[in-house]
Amino acid sequence: MEKTAESAWPDELHALLSAAGVRQVAMVPDAGHARLIRLCEKDKSMRVVRLTTEEEGVALLAGAWLGGEKGVLLMQSSGVGNCINMLGLPLACQFPLLMLVTMRGDHGEFNPAQVPMGNATRAVLEALGVMVKRADSAADLMEMASGALRLAFNTFRPVALLIGQRLLGAKDFRKLARSAPL
Amino acid sequence: MSKLLRRREVVKALLAERGDLLVVGGLGAPAWDITHAGDHDLNFPLWGAMGGAAMLGLGLALAQPKKRVLVLTGDGEMLMGLGALATIAVQRPRNLAIVVLDNERYGETGMQETHTAHGVDLAGMARAAGFAQTLRVNTQAGVSRLRRLIYSGGGALFAQVKVDAEKLPLVLPPRDGSLLKNRFRAALLGADAAHQ
Repeated sequence: MEKTAESAWPDELHALLSAAGVRQVAMVPDAGHARLIRLCEKDKSMRVVRLTTEEEGVALLAGAWLGGEKGVLLMQSSGVGNCINMLGLPLACQFPLLMLVTMRGDHGEFNPAQVPMGNATRAVLEALGVMVKRADSAADLMEMASGALRLAFNTFRPVALLIGQRLLGAKDFRKLARSAPL
Repeated sequence: MSKLLRRREVVKALLAERGDLLVVGGLGAPAWDITHAGDHDLNFPLWGAMGGAAMLGLGLALAQPKKRVLVLTGDGEMLMGLGALATIAVQRPRNLAIVVLDNERYGETGMQETHTAHGVDLAGMARAAGFAQTLRVNTQAGVSRLRRLIYSGGGALFAQVKVDAEKLPLVLPPRDGSLLKNRFRAALLGADAAHQ
C-alpha cells in the first residue's frame, strides 16, 4: 500500500508508541492495522508477538508490565469479545493496558456477521469498566491515541481506543469477489 | 507404576533455594502450592485470568531475558489457553518454563475430570507446537531433572507433572492484585518502579 495523506496515521501511531517506549506489540492482525504491524516488525526496539486469540495479549502485557516493559495490544473489534474475562486481570490488579481496536460492523459494513460484536464493542468494554475512546477521522486519531496512551500508563488501567470504520474504510467484498482469480 | 507424586512436595522441591527465579502461579491449587512453599515477593499468584498464566509468563520472560521465569499451573488452566503453547513456541523464549501440575481434575470446583484424564497429552501438544524441551514427569528422579532444567536454561521448557488428585488445605496468598503487582515490581525493578 502506498503511503498517502490518508494513510499516514499508522506511521504517526508507530512514532507515538516508539516515543512512549512500547516494547511488546501483541496482536491478532486486522487489515486496518496492517501498516502499523509492518512498521512495528521493522522496528528493532519492538517485539511483535503474534497471538492465537486476543485474550493472550491481555495476559502477555500484564506480564510485560510486571517485568518493567510497556506494550500495546492491536486487534479488530471482534477480538474484544475474546478478551472479556481476561480483562478482569488488568482491572483487578491495576495493570496499564492500551488496546488499539480497529472497528468492523461499523460505518458502511458489508458483512452481517461482523455487526453483532462490532455494534456491542463499546457497551461490552464499558460494562466491564474499561475506558473507551474513539476516533472517526484521521484528524482526531493522533490526539485520541496520545490521550489514551497516557491515560492507560499514567493511571494504571485498561483503555481501549476504537478506530472507526469511517476512518479505515469498509472492506468492499464485491470488489474483492470480482477481482478474485477464476 | 510408581506411587503418584504429591503436588506440594514437587513445588517445594522446585522452589527450594530459588534465588531470583520469577514465579507465576495459575489460579487455584498452583497458587496455593507456591504460597505453601513460602510466600515471596517474586511470586505472582493469579486469582483469576484462567487460561492466561502461561502468556503472563511469556510477557515477563520477554521483558526480563536475564532472569528465569517459571509458570506453575494446573491442567484445567492450561487447557483453557492451549493456543498459548503455539504463541510461546514461536517466540522461542530461552528463559521460560511452563510446568503443569496435572491431577487430571478441576480441583476448585469439585474434582471433575479434565481432558487429561481421558488421554490428552499436554507435553505432546507442547512438543508439536515447537517447545525446545518437553517432558512428562512422574517420579522423584524426574522432579530432580526438571529442577535442573528450570534453573539451567536451554530454550522454552514445558513439563507435565502427573500428581495425585489429593484434596489439600488452601494456603492463600494476599488477594489484593495491586499489592501483588507492586511488591513483585519493587522486588524485581527496585523502588523506582513505582514511578515508571
